[in-house]
Amino acid sequence: MHPIPTITITRLKEFVRRPEAVFWVYFFPVLMIVVLGVAFRNQTQETFDIDVIKNDRASVAVRQLEGQPQIAAHLVDAAESSLRLRAGRSVLAVTVIVDRGQEGFAYRFDAKRPGALAAKNIVDDILQAANGRVDAFTAEETQFDEPGGTYVDFLVPGLLGIGLMGGGMWGVGYAIVDMRIRKLLKRFMATPMRRSHFLLSMLLSRLVFMIPQIVLTLLVAYWMFDVRIYGSVGAVIFLVVLGAFEFAALGLMIGSRAQTVETASGLMNFVMLPMYTLCGVFFSYQRFPEFFHPVIRALPLTPIIDSLRAVMMDGDSLWNQWSEILVMLAWCVIPFSIAMLIFRWRE
Amino acid sequence: MQIAICCENLKKTYPGKPPVEAVRGISFSVNAGECYGVLGPNGAGKTTTIEILEGLLDATSGSAEVLGMNWGTSANAIRQRIGVSLQETQLSERLTVRETLKLFRSFYSDGISAEQAVERVSLTAKRDVWVKNLSGGQKQRLAVATALVGNPDLIFLDEPTTGLDPSSRRELWEIIESFTDSGKTVMLTTHYMEEAERLCDRVAIFDNGEIITEGTPSALIQSLGAEHVIEFATDRRLEGGDLELLRQIETVDQVEMFEDQYRISLGHPHQVLPQLIDHLSDKHIAMTNLATRSATLEDVFVAKTGKQLSSD
Ligand SMILES: Nc1ncnc2c1ncn2[C@@H]1O[C@H](COP(=O)(O)OP(=O)(O)O)[C@@H](O)[C@H]1O
Ligand SMILES: [Mg+2]
Repeated sequence: MHPIPTITITRLKEFVRRPEAVFWVYFFPVLMIVVLGVAFRNQTQETFDIDVIKNDRASVAVRQLEGQPQIAAHLVDAAESSLRLRAGRSVLAVTVIVDRGQEGFAYRFDAKRPGALAAKNIVDDILQAANGRVDAFTAEETQFDEPGGTYVDFLVPGLLGIGLMGGGMWGVGYAIVDMRIRKLLKRFMATPMRRSHFLLSMLLSRLVFMIPQIVLTLLVAYWMFDVRIYGSVGAVIFLVVLGAFEFAALGLMIGSRAQTVETASGLMNFVMLPMYTLCGVFFSYQRFPEFFHPVIRALPLTPIIDSLRAVMMDGDSLWNQWSEILVMLAWCVIPFSIAMLIFRWRE
Repeated sequence: MQIAICCENLKKTYPGKPPVEAVRGISFSVNAGECYGVLGPNGAGKTTTIEILEGLLDATSGSAEVLGMNWGTSANAIRQRIGVSLQETQLSERLTVRETLKLFRSFYSDGISAEQAVERVSLTAKRDVWVKNLSGGQKQRLAVATALVGNPDLIFLDEPTTGLDPSSRRELWEIIESFTDSGKTVMLTTHYMEEAERLCDRVAIFDNGEIITEGTPSALIQSLGAEHVIEFATDRRLEGGDLELLRQIETVDQVEMFEDQYRISLGHPHQVLPQLIDHLSDKHIAMTNLATRSATLEDVFVAKTGKQLSSD
């Protein structure tokens, strides 16, 4: 049989005969989706813990806040409240003050803490109404409940991205270093095996491993959290394949010279760890300073996640992703060329 | 007679601080159909030399021709016709014997089937077993099978039996012999002198990056001029004068001491032995562990270098 299918099938056999590797590659992303999806699912209604600072008028506020489903009021003294605010056990402290015989309220909260501002507004509304404020009109409220806008929808493209990244690094980069350490690469060099056949087979086997990984992630996300692809499936496939090539090329470059496991995993972590946090896997990189965004967008992981998000969540077209696609193409061509120049085949 | 391998003044210096002169100007040639052995201790330059001939290392200087071709111009044509077993390859653990051989077979345009290769190395019963479940000897036989699967005219085996037990070693010897019996050429390295004596038509003894002597095993042994060896130990150390007296005995060639062991190379044991015993009993020295044997390539190595070959 031709060497390309033979090497590819051999690699696949070696892979499936390692149950622990199969587990990490295929079930880890699924596990992440389940855990993070459950943790961050949109809650129907949140209850805020707030403090009422003990003084002789405190019972006024406690009474007025009683029976409100969104507010759980706790009567504590000022020192304890400070501790509770710091630890996040309460988001707001209310003090009843008396100013020239008139009761008033003071709020203490950290506006940057999630929920604090919302809690303040709710508490303020309740207390204002209880003390005589009249609404100008009654607003009509309707719950927005369409699929597509949840945290899981945001997360899935990010997980697909890190799956592709890890797969390229381990499946190509580490695999090659392992073969070099075992002198198998050298042994192959003593046969007429063509180097291009070997490399092509490594890429092909990587592409084949990837399919179940991507499909499983998407299916679980759909079944459990109703995550859908709003754009074209063809565009998603194109982007995923491009992403797989990109990280396979990067893995090849990382694996091109390393002669020990330590060097290889050190290099891989050096490349991967910053991207986990910078490239918008778990939270948007918009949170980083503006001037830093061009750098983040030039990293290999960002364009695959951004473009997948645009296509999957917003139903955007592939054409609109041209700048991301160009960055990914560059990350295919440049590392591959460098790898070919510096690759250690014989030692 | 056709020449399978020919190299002239091969040198290899590994860069570094200080640089290592692993091979210092080696020339030899191997005839087609011959089993050529490179015998030498660890670090002698055997692997470096054989890997230059396998096209895996570039020589610092010198020329090498394999099957009448040059690595510089016909690398792929050479690779199609040679088979190689490296000193320390770990084949993939989770592939079976047959899968491994099919993989290697796919690299060659011409060759025997994986099944035939399995048979040649007597691994038929193990053909569907994962490599990680093979014994050391079986793994080594598989390594040789990967060298045979392209139906080569010449195979290179770097220490094929190192670390194996005697019966596994003998099984491998039989495989190598059946390959040479079919008219093919073998070049192997070893640091076991009995392996070189049994398998090789000609042997080059390497030490310190140089060939110290070369020839058929029997010619090398005869060149010692002393085809027998007496080895013994004593309860008390012999002095310089004692050793000098022993050297005077007729047909004694050399007397050497290694730790507490003495080794005399000589022509006629029946003349030397009585005089040796007389001399020691005169001095009230008791002899322990007396043995006599025929000289081996080991003794050739000792005679040429003053060192022991198998010190490990
Ligand atoms: N890659 C290398 N870099 C530096 N020195 C080396 C290298 N490979 C081998 N050597 C040195 O070259 C000498 C010969 O080694 P080698 O050819 O492996 O000997 P042998 O196979 O006879 O044991 C040794 O001193 C060894 O330490
Ligand atoms: Mg060696």
